[in-house]
Amino acid sequence: MKQRLDGRKLDEIRPIKAKVGVVKNAIGSAMFQQGKTRAIAAVYGPRELYPRFLQDPEKGMLRCNYNMLPFSGTNGGRIRPGGNRRSKEIGLVTQKALLPALDLSEFPNAVVDIFIEIDQSDAGSRCAGICAASMALAHAGFQMKDLVTAVGVGEVDNTIVADLDYKEEHYTEFVDKFDNEHVTDIPVAMMPNLGKVTLLQLDGRIKKEQLKKSLEMAKKVCMEIYEVQKKALKQAYEVAK
Amino acid sequence: MESKLLVKEKDIVVPGEKLAQGLDFLPGQRTYREGDYIIASRLGLVSVEGRAIKIIKLGGKYIPKVGDRIIVKVFDITFSGWRVETNSAYSAMLSIAEAGSQFIPRNADLTRFFNIGDYMLTKIKNITSQNLIDITMKDRGLRRLGEGRILSITPCKVPRIIGKNASMISMIKNATECKIIVGQNGLVWLNAEDPKMELLASETIKKIEAESHFAGLTDRIKVFLEEKTGKKVEIISNPRPEERDDHRPPQRRDTRSFNKFNKRR
Repeated sequence: MKQRLDGRKLDEIRPIKAKVGVVKNAIGSAMFQQGKTRAIAAVYGPRELYPRFLQDPEKGMLRCNYNMLPFSGTNGGRIRPGGNRRSKEIGLVTQKALLPALDLSEFPNAVVDIFIEIDQSDAGSRCAGICAASMALAHAGFQMKDLVTAVGVGEVDNTIVADLDYKEEHYTEFVDKFDNEHVTDIPVAMMPNLGKVTLLQLDGRIKKEQLKKSLEMAKKVCMEIYEVQKKALKQAYEVAK
Repeated sequence: MESKLLVKEKDIVVPGEKLAQGLDFLPGQRTYREGDYIIASRLGLVSVEGRAIKIIKLGGKYIPKVGDRIIVKVFDITFSGWRVETNSAYSAMLSIAEAGSQFIPRNADLTRFFNIGDYMLTKIKNITSQNLIDITMKDRGLRRLGEGRILSITPCKVPRIIGKNASMISMIKNATECKIIVGQNGLVWLNAEDPKMELLASETIKKIEAESHFAGLTDRIKVFLEEKTGKKVEIISNPRPEERDDHRPPQRRDTRSFNKFNKRR
């Protein structure tokens, strides 16, 4: 069996820390840390949505804001503050990943805002963001079919692995081979209890069989992450007992 | 197939968690059925009532209900009345006709009655499917809230602040000699002659909010108040009549109209 760069097993995820209620002024909030990647999500609302033409009279709207803090870069480099095309896209896919689980029909013409801040990153920040956001939504007391859990799986050096870190995602830069070396990164978000996928992105190339295999792995790993999320949500209330 | 409960009463559950298996149980509030299972759709406490399983919620914004007495803040004035913030997702409308017992002539300067930034105790009269809220001030005790302070607490904790038969709130009122009004929307108005007592009352309310899931809450608050005031504090078992006093309009107006009525006779 091949050894991963940081000594993990193929389907082993990085150690996770999760906590809810980290942002006092928000109605619901959560921190989700996976290895060195850390996301903090805060939920505000439901509140009235303006400008008015954006309002949906049938159900509430969800807005997700993804942001990497200037000092959060993997190699210590400064990230230019403010939004960019990448953060806009990730905000959008986060929203699309969360909506199937969330029921906002109670709140016509209103909006729920989620702000996801990444304060350290080591790859997999959108997945950490989605995990944190779904915990924050549950903490805020919204109606949800299931929590949403996300993880990055992929193919590194022709091997399927779970939860890629920065070094694995940039594997081709770290080895001196040119022959057909590639990395495939597949962020997957799912509702673990219902077994439904809500986000599937793919960066790179992969064979059909390998994709199937990696999705199986994602499914298994998501269940592990779900248990951590569940524990953190319960702890917020049980500590006080 | 055999039906069985997968969680215990008062367990904390998260969305997606399986609560029961089999068709002998029924999904109650904040749960749903998926195949053979009843699944939680909100974070909260499990409550089993016979065959039905429901969830008591632990957080979230205030959801307006008809008949609730809420504390609101004026943020806009229109031709037909006042727009107010309700501490929920939606603002509410107080029309001139519902602004209390006084007559308001056409073209009157509405700021003379309620100005922007004023807080009032009001009652929800009507809510539409689109959550447009109409409120009224035509009921006993509904009024503009004058000087004092406004606290904001989690709306789910409002029943804890009030206590059984209003025992908790009247205990605080008696111990601190503070006027307190708790709105169902999680806003609390406090006013006392002695600013120290006002501060103590607000501290007590914050304490209740933070510790409301401990057992023996009333007793602990009693000890806390006794320590702080240095007086003996009593838990009032049936404070209903006194409780009503606070929501009555000022006494003087009552007697005056009563006297007038007598003279005319």
